[in-house]
Amino acid sequence: MTTSPGHPATGPATGVARDDSEGMDYLMSLPRRTVTVYLPLLCFLIVLLFPFYWMGLTSVKPNEELIDRSLNPWWVVDPTIAHYFHLIVNTDYPLWMWNTMVVAVSATLLSIVASVMAAYAIVRIRYSGSRWVGGMIFMAYLVPPSILFIPLALVVFQYGLFDSPMALILTYPTILIPFSTWLLMGYFKSIPYELEECALIDGASRWQILTRIVLPLSVPGIISAGIFAFTLCWNEFIYALVFISSSENKTVPVAVLSELVEGDIYHWGPLMAGALLGSVPVCIVYSFFVEHYVSSMTGAVKE
Amino acid sequence: MATDAERVRAQRTESFSDRWTQLKYDHNWLGFWFMLPAAAFLLLFLTYPLGLGIWLSVTDTRIGREGGFIGLENFEWLNEDPVFWLSVFNTFLYTTVASVIKFGLGLYLAILLNSHMPWKAIIRAVVLLPFIVPTVLSAIAFWWIYDTQFSIISWTLIEMGWIDENINFLGEPNNARASVIAANIWRGIPFVAITLLAGLQTIPQSLYEAATIDGASRWQMFRHVTYPMLTPIIAVVMTFSVLFTFTDFQLIYAMTRGGPANATHLMATLSYQRAIMGGNLGEGAAISTAMIPFLLAAILFSWFGLQRRKWQQGESDD
Repeated sequence: MTTSPGHPATGPATGVARDDSEGMDYLMSLPRRTVTVYLPLLCFLIVLLFPFYWMGLTSVKPNEELIDRSLNPWWVVDPTIAHYFHLIVNTDYPLWMWNTMVVAVSATLLSIVASVMAAYAIVRIRYSGSRWVGGMIFMAYLVPPSILFIPLALVVFQYGLFDSPMALILTYPTILIPFSTWLLMGYFKSIPYELEECALIDGASRWQILTRIVLPLSVPGIISAGIFAFTLCWNEFIYALVFISSSENKTVPVAVLSELVEGDIYHWGPLMAGALLGSVPVCIVYSFFVEHYVSSMTGAVKE
Repeated sequence: MATDAERVRAQRTESFSDRWTQLKYDHNWLGFWFMLPAAAFLLLFLTYPLGLGIWLSVTDTRIGREGGFIGLENFEWLNEDPVFWLSVFNTFLYTTVASVIKFGLGLYLAILLNSHMPWKAIIRAVVLLPFIVPTVLSAIAFWWIYDTQFSIISWTLIEMGWIDENINFLGEPNNARASVIAANIWRGIPFVAITLLAGLQTIPQSLYEAATIDGASRWQMFRHVTYPMLTPIIAVVMTFSVLFTFTDFQLIYAMTRGGPANATHLMATLSYQRAIMGGNLGEGAAISTAMIPFLLAAILFSWFGLQRRKWQQGESDD
């Protein structure tokens, strides 16, 4: 996997360890690091970021430039915000954003409340069979929406939720609860038992312990779970596609695909603008909590 | 030290037993109430539909009409359906190729990110972007990148003189397969890389120092230190990666809807087409049910991966 098999790592050692955090990287000279680390990394970054550049570029390109094959497509001569304007004024885009926001926030709040209680019960109340329930919740994490959507469509229909945002608010937690519970279980385990014992001795009830002691101490864990849940909601597609039929109830991912695509090359501008705008909320949330996010993603796998 | 530890443990068990007697009568009752919200969601909208799906697969239910029990007829019908077997083949091809490449490139990227460099935090944050952005929205961007007439890739290759005419990315079966796999890999690499990076950071530097003193080459260090230390987390990451690739729906639906000539139909997209577009809920459910054995295999694999990890860390199984 490394680019230099068989090379003795003694290399052109400077002999002076500058900083412990660098590990043994000081054993590599700069030209060598450029070839083995920076260059491949640059390639990765270019490939990973190119689609975003392309989305952004297309969304500000006038239609004439989009279809003019004599121009260099890598750049834009005369940028325009017409596509964004069209999106906001002539389509229901703001409404779709609002729908997605309502669904994502409600489903996230519901899931976090349910997960906090469940995780606390599994880790600390330890009712009989709690270990078994913990295992089952992990299993639930692995049941994918794409095998559930057909029967779930029937269920949603039977409960009279079809084509209403409630259908999504109530079904998304099935994706979010297993994940957040699993994450929070790990978090609660790290809180010292002694704190709870003290509170119990002072006569606190279980509910008081949870709200006054455990919750304040696990704010970072709850934020991680919340951010992850929010991005999962924003990303969810198949339930929103199947359970919602009228345009005014659609979420952004479904609406962009079904309402903006009309099989016409002139729609690439608004389409890219829509895709880019739809990514903005998750990116904002993410940028504020990058550290939490990374730890939540890895934490979910580690625990 | 030992006596201290013993004393603490003794105190603990004492206070534990006090508390257990205090809560003996109600901790199950309490647990029930605390579990209720989560359990209600999972039972109503996950367990019940899972069971209902398996039941639907042995009925001839259609949209708007109650179905009757027809035994394994749906499965017999699917068994003779070349499109179904094509979708099974596509699913396996898609999962295998995408997972292997995601693993290779993801591990490589993780190792690159693990080295010391300027702007480390920013680079790590940026690398995760493809994973954050909703799949459908990035799939639309890929759809535009793969456009038959205005593809930027075709344009660039023609300008460079490598090809003469536009590549028909999504119109020709094998091109379409390669294109959707490439898009899936693009989206999947960050997850694999960042998770493996977290694993890499738990490996103590002293192991590498010891290996260097023993004269190990960089490849030997990777093969005999990094890889064995990383095995448990690799098992877990790859299970998730395989699972989500196997059940992928959005990417295909957004880019090709299964075309051309069903060449990119996965089992999930085929079940959507049959059940929701075609109205044959029973047949669609049968396709979903046929996915379950593979998912179970992946779940068992991940379960043992997790067990092994705990055991390696010397944790008790609690």
